[in-house]
Amino acid sequence: MQKIPPTGTTPLAKREARLAWSLLSPTIISVALVVVLPLLAIFWISVKPVSLADLRPPTPIVREDVRGDGQDLSIRYRIRNSSQEQAISNVTLNDIIPNSVSISGKLPEICRLSENVLLCDFGTLDGGQGDRLLIPISVSDKESAENALKGTEPTVTGTSSNVLTDSTFTFDNFTRIFDGDEFWGVFGVTLFYTIFGTIGALVVGLFAALLLNKEFRGQGVLRGLYLFPYVAPVIAVAFSWLILFDPFSGSANELLIQMGAIESSINFFGERPQALIMVTLFEIWRYFPLSFLFILARMQSIDTDMYEAADMDGATPFQKFWYLSIPQLLGILSVLFLLRFIWTFNKFDDIFLLTGGNAGTRTLTVNVYEQAFAVSNIGAGAAVAVVIFCCLLAFSFFFFRFMSKEEGL
Amino acid sequence: MSILRQRFITGGTIGALWMIILSTTVAVIMSFATGDPVRPNIAFGIIIGAVWGIFFAARIGGQMVEWMTVAIVAALTLGDAYIRSLGNVTTKIGFSPIVTESTLLNNIIGAAILSVGFFISFKTIMVSCGRRDLTKHEWEDVIIRFLTGFGYIFFTATVFIPFYVMVMTSLKNQSELIQNPLDFSIDFSKGLDLFRSYFELFNEFNFGNYLITSFFISVLTVFITLAFSIPGAYAVARLRFRGQAAFSRGILLIYMVPMIVLALPIYIAFSMTGLRNSIPGIILIYPVTTIPVALYMLQGYFRGLPAEIEEAGLMDGLKRLSVIWKITLPLSLPALASVSLYVFMIAWNEFLLAFMLLDDPSKFTLTRGIASLNSSEIPRQHLMAGAVIATVPIMVIFLGLERFMTKGLTAGSVKG
Repeated sequence: MQKIPPTGTTPLAKREARLAWSLLSPTIISVALVVVLPLLAIFWISVKPVSLADLRPPTPIVREDVRGDGQDLSIRYRIRNSSQEQAISNVTLNDIIPNSVSISGKLPEICRLSENVLLCDFGTLDGGQGDRLLIPISVSDKESAENALKGTEPTVTGTSSNVLTDSTFTFDNFTRIFDGDEFWGVFGVTLFYTIFGTIGALVVGLFAALLLNKEFRGQGVLRGLYLFPYVAPVIAVAFSWLILFDPFSGSANELLIQMGAIESSINFFGERPQALIMVTLFEIWRYFPLSFLFILARMQSIDTDMYEAADMDGATPFQKFWYLSIPQLLGILSVLFLLRFIWTFNKFDDIFLLTGGNAGTRTLTVNVYEQAFAVSNIGAGAAVAVVIFCCLLAFSFFFFRFMSKEEGL
Repeated sequence: MSILRQRFITGGTIGALWMIILSTTVAVIMSFATGDPVRPNIAFGIIIGAVWGIFFAARIGGQMVEWMTVAIVAALTLGDAYIRSLGNVTTKIGFSPIVTESTLLNNIIGAAILSVGFFISFKTIMVSCGRRDLTKHEWEDVIIRFLTGFGYIFFTATVFIPFYVMVMTSLKNQSELIQNPLDFSIDFSKGLDLFRSYFELFNEFNFGNYLITSFFISVLTVFITLAFSIPGAYAVARLRFRGQAAFSRGILLIYMVPMIVLALPIYIAFSMTGLRNSIPGIILIYPVTTIPVALYMLQGYFRGLPAEIEEAGLMDGLKRLSVIWKITLPLSLPALASVSLYVFMIAWNEFLLAFMLLDDPSKFTLTRGIASLNSSEIPRQHLMAGAVIATVPIMVIFLGLERFMTKGLTAGSVKG
């Protein structure tokens, strides 16, 4: 009789899967909290009319003092809505009246006293509206009343509708960012920056890798040096570039004028169109080391037999490069192109530090910041972020279709 | 094409081009080192280089003639400089490859570097050139050596100059910088006063604290990242479970979400919960940006480890977790070092989140502190000194552990 192998998951496999999930759970939870949740939030915010000011929800504010003189004293509460526009409902005041103070006369209608806790219900406070309340008290003298009241601070609570959580929706954010030529200008700048930055970094990296793809003394030092732009903090190198290319007292301008290359100093980062070219050059400068490193690693793993065979056949150096090296490097080059394309598209810090998005260098990512914080329209910023995210989904679709063929990385 | 390989044409063209490159290089180096006006004389450089190249290709005379050409170029340079020093010469055209108006010693050094440097390097470039026209192979070798030489100069200069400017600016003061932006020579007689900007940053701008905060945050980020990513990476690499393939792809996908998109909701959430402007808030966020990278790097390494050793451990009665602790981790120490360094670098260099989430100067990280120096009221040598303070630690670590770092950068396919 033939034995039938067990089907379905065995207890052992189940246990292994359980262990795997428990090992992964910290990562999954943290990533869900900080990546997935914010992504969902971005979609939510992008259809909300939220401005920077809405992040501070309107709150009722209360002040307390003692009025009157002699024996005719009263506690005065002044209450105010912190927001000029939004109303606060269910505003209630809560204060403990100290034992040394006794309330004389009639309480206002909205208040009641239980034990020694004073509760007053103000109802709804409109935007910018305030209210005041006098509670007559009898006490030996004004000063002791003030001292006694100082010990107990009144608290006031209220509920206000929050734009972030209520049910007002709007498409204004999207119409706003797509409005006019501005969006297409930003989009064009992003494409220019991304395409030329990516290709430039690849070509320069390839050149650098070719230089260092041989054994000689000092090769390690040079390789280390060529990685500096990538390893150094972006803020340090960005400011160095700014100072080097300063229009008034930058060394680059001085050098160029002295060499007779230019007549008067150029405002490298402040004017169209050179600002865009400069930020693209910065991108190339900063990220060529990365492609250099990958290409070099791939080059050093190419079998030398092939080159020896080509030498025997009398191939020239250019032929060897074109017909042997390039085909071998094509895989890593295209993977690098896709990865760098996406990351350059995502780049924010570099342009933000160099030009702040001025002088025709505003890319989509800088536009998120610009809309959300400079114009204080968080909703519009989120709408731009949604546009970025959609572009990225398209890119990563291409990327994974390609990656399944090129599992080189 | 074959006319290009005619030896005089090759010699002349390469000589002229190489002379332009070298004279520009020497002029830039001298300008940056002395602050005096030194410029290349392109027109004359082409003539001198071409003539030299043609002479070289003709191969007349021996070493004697070759060294004489060196002497002639040096003499031309010095002669031109001498006539200029007499005054009355205002034109930019001269009769030497570089026009220098510096001190005699500097002029001599410049002339020597240019003429000897040209001689030696040009001979190396043209080494395959004999007393006949070049074959295609030889000609391409010449071009490649020429491009190689150009490449070394180009890359070293472009990488080095911004860092040089950064360090030298931090050692200057405002009036010196405005007077001559090219003068980066150091006045050693000032002694410790050279480092005034640094002292001021540490004493008045609280940079000591920022340094400690940055270091603390970065180290903590490394530990938290490792604590999360080691088990995760092990699970993805070794254990079989449904969704394993999707998971390793999902990690890559998270790489691709731009930080600015996440920063906006994080800013809102932190503003509402009061985590903004606090170090715990930063420590909460930083590891999550590095965990996916670390996980991806580590799972690649774990896959490369032989599973047999672990299985032997399991057979001997170890639990999975103790297998990870006692076998896998000791074997992957080099990878852990790479990942730690790489994560440290990301956390140390991080700017966007620190910039958006920290407003209180007492809680700044180093990068946030430097950003606060970028105002018109603060002299820019302070800004550059701040940049140096942020760059030096990461560079020291990088140079000291370059092997690990390079490996880490390559292995992770790296977030940029």
